[in-house]
Amino acid sequence: MSDWTRICALDEIAPQGSRVVATAQGDIAIFRTADDSVFGLHDKCPHKGGPLSQGMIHGDTVTCPLHGWKLGLADGQVIAPDKGCARRFAVKLDGGAVWLQLN
Amino acid sequence: MKKQKLVVVGNGMAGMRCIEELLKLAPDLYDIVVFGAEPHPNYNRILLSPVLAGEMTMSDIVLNPLQWYADNNIGLYTGKTVVKIDRTARQVVADDGTVEEYDRLLLATGSTPFMLPVPGRDLPGVIGYRDIKDTDEMIAAAGRYRHAVVIGGGLLGLEAANGLKQRGMDVTVVHLMPWLMERQLDKAAAGMLQASLEARGLKFLLEKQTEALIRGPESEGGRVSAVRFKDGLEIPADLVVMAAGIRPNTALAESARLYCNRGIVVNDTMQTYDPRIYAVGECVAHRGIAYGLVAPLFEQAKVCANHLANFGIARYAGSVTSTKLKVTGIDLFSAGNFLGGEGTDEIVLNDPSGGVYKKLVLKNDILVGAVLYGDTADGPWYFQLVKDGQDIHEIRDHLMFGQGHVGDVGHAGKTQAASMPDEAEVCGCNGVCKGDIVKAIKANGLFTLDEVRKHTKASSSCGSCTGLVEQILASTIGGAYTPAESKDKAVCGCTDHSHGTVRAAIRDQHLLSIPAVMQALEWRTPNGCASCRPALNYYLISTWPGEAKDDPQSRFINERAHANIQKDGTYSVVPRMWGGLTTPSELRAIADVADKYRVPTVKMTGGARVDLLGIKKEDLPKVWADLGKAGMVSGHAYGKSIRTVKTCVGAEHCRFGTQKSMAMGVKLEKMLFGMWSPHKVKLAVSGCPRNCAEAGIKDVGVIGVDSGYELYVAGNGGIKTEVAQFMCKVKSDEEVKEYSGAFLQLYREEGWYLERTCHYVARVGLDHVKAAVVDDPARRRDLYERLLFALQDYEDPWQQAVQQPQRRREYEVIALTPVAEAAT
Repeated sequence: MSDWTRICALDEIAPQGSRVVATAQGDIAIFRTADDSVFGLHDKCPHKGGPLSQGMIHGDTVTCPLHGWKLGLADGQVIAPDKGCARRFAVKLDGGAVWLQLN
Repeated sequence: MKKQKLVVVGNGMAGMRCIEELLKLAPDLYDIVVFGAEPHPNYNRILLSPVLAGEMTMSDIVLNPLQWYADNNIGLYTGKTVVKIDRTARQVVADDGTVEEYDRLLLATGSTPFMLPVPGRDLPGVIGYRDIKDTDEMIAAAGRYRHAVVIGGGLLGLEAANGLKQRGMDVTVVHLMPWLMERQLDKAAAGMLQASLEARGLKFLLEKQTEALIRGPESEGGRVSAVRFKDGLEIPADLVVMAAGIRPNTALAESARLYCNRGIVVNDTMQTYDPRIYAVGECVAHRGIAYGLVAPLFEQAKVCANHLANFGIARYAGSVTSTKLKVTGIDLFSAGNFLGGEGTDEIVLNDPSGGVYKKLVLKNDILVGAVLYGDTADGPWYFQLVKDGQDIHEIRDHLMFGQGHVGDVGHAGKTQAASMPDEAEVCGCNGVCKGDIVKAIKANGLFTLDEVRKHTKASSSCGSCTGLVEQILASTIGGAYTPAESKDKAVCGCTDHSHGTVRAAIRDQHLLSIPAVMQALEWRTPNGCASCRPALNYYLISTWPGEAKDDPQSRFINERAHANIQKDGTYSVVPRMWGGLTTPSELRAIADVADKYRVPTVKMTGGARVDLLGIKKEDLPKVWADLGKAGMVSGHAYGKSIRTVKTCVGAEHCRFGTQKSMAMGVKLEKMLFGMWSPHKVKLAVSGCPRNCAEAGIKDVGVIGVDSGYELYVAGNGGIKTEVAQFMCKVKSDEEVKEYSGAFLQLYREEGWYLERTCHYVARVGLDHVKAAVVDDPARRRDLYERLLFALQDYEDPWQQAVQQPQRRREYEVIALTPVAEAAT
């Protein structure tokens, strides 16, 4: 499985910002951290479905805008003591562009 | 580099809390080895009373299970008592010959119950009350014997007596002093406590001195059978519990020739006279005081960990302690110097039939102590005031009546946690019941409000039930409860610095960016969190307008998107209507937008503006473009900023109006357009004292009178209904702008992020505000000018999003156009 899809140039996502990609599998949030790592998560908080793409990004964590749950960007896991996880999507940087793997 | 080795003697609450704090600060600095004399991992000693009373089990109270030690690579010896410290060789020796070397040593040896030096003290059936073993022995005795005598009518003695009574024993409490809990209560409160415990079947013998414990027949194994007093009275006793105080365990330290008096003497960084050796907890004497409650021990642990981690920025300066008796159904709270004395005043409320007694002790307008019986709802608040040493002269006349939780909404008007059943809803935002909170506190070993918030979500949203949650915490963990520092409370978990010190550093060091602040103040996280970043961003742009750059990524989504996010991820749009006035063409444009973008809901907001709800994010710039063509700009209904200026009709039309309130409202709203603030700011202007604009519950309320305007500040109509306070009277429209602007600028410069004006003014006092805004014309003008400077050139953020492609990108969703990558 290596259906890599070019999403946008890295510059088109603000540092500590995100973009939303509409796909057949639902909206996917693409995050860019302060140190220019990129991550992809299903844009739906496991708590009440909040759009994670709209959350604040700090370190490799995002805080959901609706009720403040925190999720690890790398593993999609909710930080304790809350529990849950959001589906991960493989994202990579190549040639200054952000790529997303859909499967 | 080889790790240093830290050896801990004592596997109890103080020692392990210190290790937990240390692991947070410097997880890899030491190899850690722990000696514990008891055969158990660290457990919550405070909860032995509920275990004795049959309300909890032993397994409920373990704080650090064995797995925790393993997970953190901590070597643990249980059931081994350290008997020797060799300071020259830097090693400790245990009773079984185990030897461990140390680079640093932490003594947390705790205390032992004081056993009265009377004949018979060594008989079977005579015990202290300290650990799991004692508790087990009491539970076993309750199953076989009838008569129990508890010597000592203090906190611990009463909890033991209550537990034994609940296990079916006939219990007598013997006390040397004329009233119970004399170290925590005055005579009046103690009398009420005694009466209510007597009603439960406990017996009391006061002012009785124990002479001897009598040995029973050999057939019973020579077990204790009676207690005899100095006055000749003798009462039957199959179990004698000594709860007449504790003695710090200093023997080990003394044998190593470390200086001890009441306890092991330590300095403000918790070091003994040997700087490699630290000590914390009940075994310690700090500035002449040995503490027997848990809250101070945790403060010591934090300081000690800080020093062990080589940070060296924390100092322990002693603790103010509070007491809450953990006897189910009895509400009792005391804090600070409640006995009073020379130079103090007492405010007393005494209602014996109603079962309520309250005493507040004041010294020079500062609350120094409190005793509450029957109604302890305000205990945490009083304790906070005692700890903060806050000047209370402005609230002295109603201090006795509490913080006024009656204004709070969301928990059915309940103000007393003790009387609530387990299924009662405490937190109306998150649907958390009292039972859930108690369970979480016990099961997870929680000690602070923040921990309870994290685990249960109670009081983590609007915060109106904070007082209730604090009460539940206090009544569940008793003496271990300590309110969060209100003045020096850390901004968040990323730093130990408070809002006040962060603001001062930004101002004094001319810091201009979030990374600069984090570097200067040694933030622990690389780029903060969702709590501190918005606060820092606000402090920067409010302190250095025009210099510090606004960071959209450090703003909450609403302020980043300039619209309010809703539960389904759509947004709401509120166009500004200056002073609440609108026109047919504006209304037509709004109606057209609602049609064009199929807006599902159109309503009026609380601030009397039109709200368009359910708009997709990608449609926002288009909506704004259409509204902009009709001349409308952002209403900032989404920001910690100026929201609205509500107005009544006023002298323009109203037959009662004395001032032109609509025109005044428009002037104020235009002046304040684009004003960011610690929290949202709402104003109202009424044209006469009938006050149809409801100015009495606004951050700034302006009320027109025939001779000018009255200005009221710091009202609130939200979580807590707070009536605005009169600030001053002015004559002209221009003065209304100057005084209101100066007040708001003062709030902008001194308020802490997310602090409404009512909380800000409660913290600094109305006198402070008046001194700057009313009494000092030069300062007022400076404040006013700084406000105008900060607001000049502010542009409508909606039109920026419409016109600037870079800003517009924030709103665009990327649609997929698959391009397979050749290389992979």
